[in-house]
Amino acid sequence: MFESLSFGDQGFGDELLAGALLTVELALVSLAVGLVLGLLTASGKLSKRRLPRWLAQGYTELVRGVPEMLVVLVVYFGASALLQTVAGWFGHEGYIEVNAFVAGVVALGLVFGAYSSEVFRGAFLAVPKGQIEAAIACGMSPWQVFHRIRMPQMWRFAIPGLGNLWMVLLKDTSLVSIVALDELLRWSKVAAETTKQPFLFYITAALIYLALTVVSDILRHRFETRANRGVPAHD
Amino acid sequence: MIDWSLITQYGDRFWDGTLITLQLVLAASLIGILLALPLSLARSSPRRRYWIPAYGYIYFFRGTPLLVQLFLLYYGLGQFEAVRASIFWPLLSDAEWCGLLGLTLNTTAYTAEILRGGIRAVPRGEVEAARAYGMSWWLLQRRIILPRALRIAWPAYGNEVILLLKGSALVSTIAVWDLMGETRSIFSRTYALEVFLFAGVIYFLLTFLFTRLFYFVERRINRYLVSY
Repeated sequence: MFESLSFGDQGFGDELLAGALLTVELALVSLAVGLVLGLLTASGKLSKRRLPRWLAQGYTELVRGVPEMLVVLVVYFGASALLQTVAGWFGHEGYIEVNAFVAGVVALGLVFGAYSSEVFRGAFLAVPKGQIEAAIACGMSPWQVFHRIRMPQMWRFAIPGLGNLWMVLLKDTSLVSIVALDELLRWSKVAAETTKQPFLFYITAALIYLALTVVSDILRHRFETRANRGVPAHD
Repeated sequence: MIDWSLITQYGDRFWDGTLITLQLVLAASLIGILLALPLSLARSSPRRRYWIPAYGYIYFFRGTPLLVQLFLLYYGLGQFEAVRASIFWPLLSDAEWCGLLGLTLNTTAYTAEILRGGIRAVPRGEVEAARAYGMSWWLLQRRIILPRALRIAWPAYGNEVILLLKGSALVSTIAVWDLMGETRSIFSRTYALEVFLFAGVIYFLLTFLFTRLFYFVERRINRYLVSY
């Protein structure tokens, strides 16, 4: 029964492994995009001017109000329609297929950015005001205040929230299989249909996702310990 | 640019899908909270034979994607002859029941963790006072811990129901005609991006409705507290 999981031509072992690697890759690239988007959106929310605040708030509300799956579909088909329109201006006719990986990164990055902007905003405000005032009183420039006082402590407050979002992101990568990206779940589906052993392949996929979660859990714990060094332990 | 006639043309299908989505979310969250209560008590128990299985269940369902769980239930279980011969097969081979089962099992795990957090946050003094009155374990749970824990966990539970609503879109991949299922089917026929816009607006309104509802209940159940 298990020979279909073997590596090489006979089994789907190597395909699943390649799929898992693509899943991790997709999650990491989306994380990078999402973190940048999240920081930008958070600074928009904290802005004194109305327009950035309004844009940042609107983007967050919009993404949080619709299913992640809808975001993936809209980005995938929307980008293709957009590209076709633009290509049409230059005289190109016909269907243009969007790279599923890029569409996945954009969609998952958009989702991560919306949620992480709230985490960043909360972390920014969680740094005690007195410390900021003290830093200014010491004669630090705004940039020094940011990277010496605000930034190191922001991470401490943001890491638990970002850790949770990373777990969500890791699991949401499976949604990109819907637009036929050959990641872990997509390969499992192909293998399940080819071998007529759906349970075997879906439980294997589940266990691989679980392993990724366990590794993430361990890493998150390390990050938290490191970010909290120098903070006296209480109760 | 937006083709509004799609609404009149496919309006009843959007409506049918919305009803299925609402049914799934309401049923899954109701059954989920009923199952989550004993699960969270087991998870908080100091006895190994209670907390280890509860922990395993919660870790599995929170650590794997909902999509995989749905595939595992709908496509996976059919691999076994014993399942296909069992009395549960009429239900398990039906996409809608399977979707409900998947959503319920998933939300149960998340809700149990939320309730556990609520149980841990019940002030110790209240528990000690109840013990000093000689309350039995069951009476203590029923009168002091659970009512307090539910109130404390309510906002987090509201978030979970929103996540459930958005996660319910995934049942469209196992051929359930929920809002997302109808949307994808209409899109594959028309290739009109507006279809996603309409679906987005409906989901957005549903999310908004649920948020309001939970906030309303939160205020109501906490009426006795001064700060409310």
